[in-house]
Amino acid sequence: MATNNVDFEKKQAEAMEIKKKRLSLSRIDNRIMVIISLALGIIAWFLLALIPSVSTIITNPIILIKTFISELENGLISDIYTSIFRVLSGFLLGLVVAIPIAFLMGWYGTFRSLTEPWIQFFRTIPPIALIPLVIVAFGVGESAKIAVIFVATFLVMVVSIYQGVRNVDPTLIKAARVLGANDKDIFFEVVVPASFPYILVGVRLGLASAWTTLVAAEMTGASKGLGNMIMEAGTFFRMDQVILGIVLIGIIGFIMDKLVLYLEKKLAGWQEVSK
Amino acid sequence: MMNEIMPKINIRNLSKIYQGRHGEVVALNDVNLEIQANEFICVVGPSGCGKSTLLNIIAGLENKTSGSVMADNAEIIKPGKERGVVFQQYALFPWKTVLKNVEFGLKLNGVGKQQRREKAMEYLDLVGLTEFANAYPKELSGGMRQRVAIARAFTAEPDILLMDEPFGALDAQTRAQLQEELLHIWDTKKKTCFFITHDVDEAVLLAQKVVIMSARPGRIKEIIDVDIPYPRNQETKLSERFSEIKNDIWSKVYKEYLSVKK
Ligand SMILES: Nc1ncnc2c1ncn2[C@@H]1O[C@H](COP(=O)(O)OP(=O)(O)O)[C@@H](O)[C@H]1O
Ligand SMILES: [Mg+2]
Repeated sequence: MATNNVDFEKKQAEAMEIKKKRLSLSRIDNRIMVIISLALGIIAWFLLALIPSVSTIITNPIILIKTFISELENGLISDIYTSIFRVLSGFLLGLVVAIPIAFLMGWYGTFRSLTEPWIQFFRTIPPIALIPLVIVAFGVGESAKIAVIFVATFLVMVVSIYQGVRNVDPTLIKAARVLGANDKDIFFEVVVPASFPYILVGVRLGLASAWTTLVAAEMTGASKGLGNMIMEAGTFFRMDQVILGIVLIGIIGFIMDKLVLYLEKKLAGWQEVSK
Repeated sequence: MMNEIMPKINIRNLSKIYQGRHGEVVALNDVNLEIQANEFICVVGPSGCGKSTLLNIIAGLENKTSGSVMADNAEIIKPGKERGVVFQQYALFPWKTVLKNVEFGLKLNGVGKQQRREKAMEYLDLVGLTEFANAYPKELSGGMRQRVAIARAFTAEPDILLMDEPFGALDAQTRAQLQEELLHIWDTKKKTCFFITHDVDEAVLLAQKVVIMSARPGRIKEIIDVDIPYPRNQETKLSERFSEIKNDIWSKVYKEYLSVKK
């Protein structure tokens, strides 16, 4: 008997499917728009570089590609590698520390009361302001860069993940409890998966913050890295190299962000899309 | 008296006082109620009269202030797998598929994979959703979600099912379907049902006994027997006896609504 009743709702579900297909159509439109926008941007850039007074600062895209190729033979790869290594090390350290602290804060009221004011306070300080302190403490080597990125990413991520833990729907906890879940089950089967989307949001914010902090840190003194490359090129007035550095920083940051978004779609696709 | 059958749930002098921000709230005041095994009980009453509080205490999700609440002669102090709950907001785990949601109770209780899959599929079949076993809750309509929630509660094989306005958020047509499905499952699986609703029609259609609760402080005002034979379906609502009982309950509940308004 139940089967008959479900028929009607199956139709509804099919209607939902059709709507989804329409959505994916508009997504294709969106992609075309991105390409058009990209093309327009590059054309505008070309035109801008034609103006004599501007062209000394803004290199035109063709020269930029030439610079890119010549720099590739000139240690660019190792600059990119160094920067990415610093970002990922600092970021991963931040993540590994932020996750347990955020969960402890969400789970234990006393721990939350003790830590929250400090985290809120340090969060208002731009991590770049810490650089002189860190240099004194760690010197100017690799560990200093990683330490600054660690602090920056940790603060961003701990807040976002903690929010996720706090936002777990209490009825889900009740539902698990009446099905026989103990505290451990509730933590691993409900709290962790429910906060997972927030962890990914934290990761996204953390990566963005790691990347911006890195460049700032490298500009204050480093022997390698994209930030350092920009600084050095600046002092020699090699604007093509400066622009190349800027463009590379943008592209790498963009790719990292898209990777996390892709992960989110794969791993947290169960989320109800609101709005 | 000595030979009286032991009630499945026995509530004696139960009171519940919340410490609210603006002082104490007496949610339940000296509630007494016996529910027999396999009985279908509906609770009606104005909102805020303590229906959910009563259900949560029976579920073991809320502490009582005084009195005694026993299931199978044992004091209820925490949730137990012999008492299942269906919530109004479905409370499905959005990251689990329909099948994983339904078998979750068995998994928590250490039932092997093969066995829990079979049992879960049996109940999914009962609510007509076998095809959706691998779908995620977000892909389902409200009615389907509540079917999953019902299947999930039944799959854990509790003796007692506690339902807090489970159909309250559904449209009239879906609600009518689910009412009949629930009666069908109750009939085949023989469970004790404690069902809260604000819909008097629903209460009379489903229940053997309708408990009317009075407005603050929450207590039981009257218990009315619904002497209409099962199986019942939507046509039952057309019978004269149904109208009689419904009107009787309505007038009593309405008085309580008015007293809340004052
Ligand atoms: N956690 C709580 N803290 C304080 N007061 C509460 C709490 N839960 C319920 N109440 C109060 O207890 C009374 C009964 O609530 P409830 O059982 O939810 O009523 P119903 O389900 O009948 O609408 C209401 O006045 C409500 O405001
Ligand atoms: Mg309620």
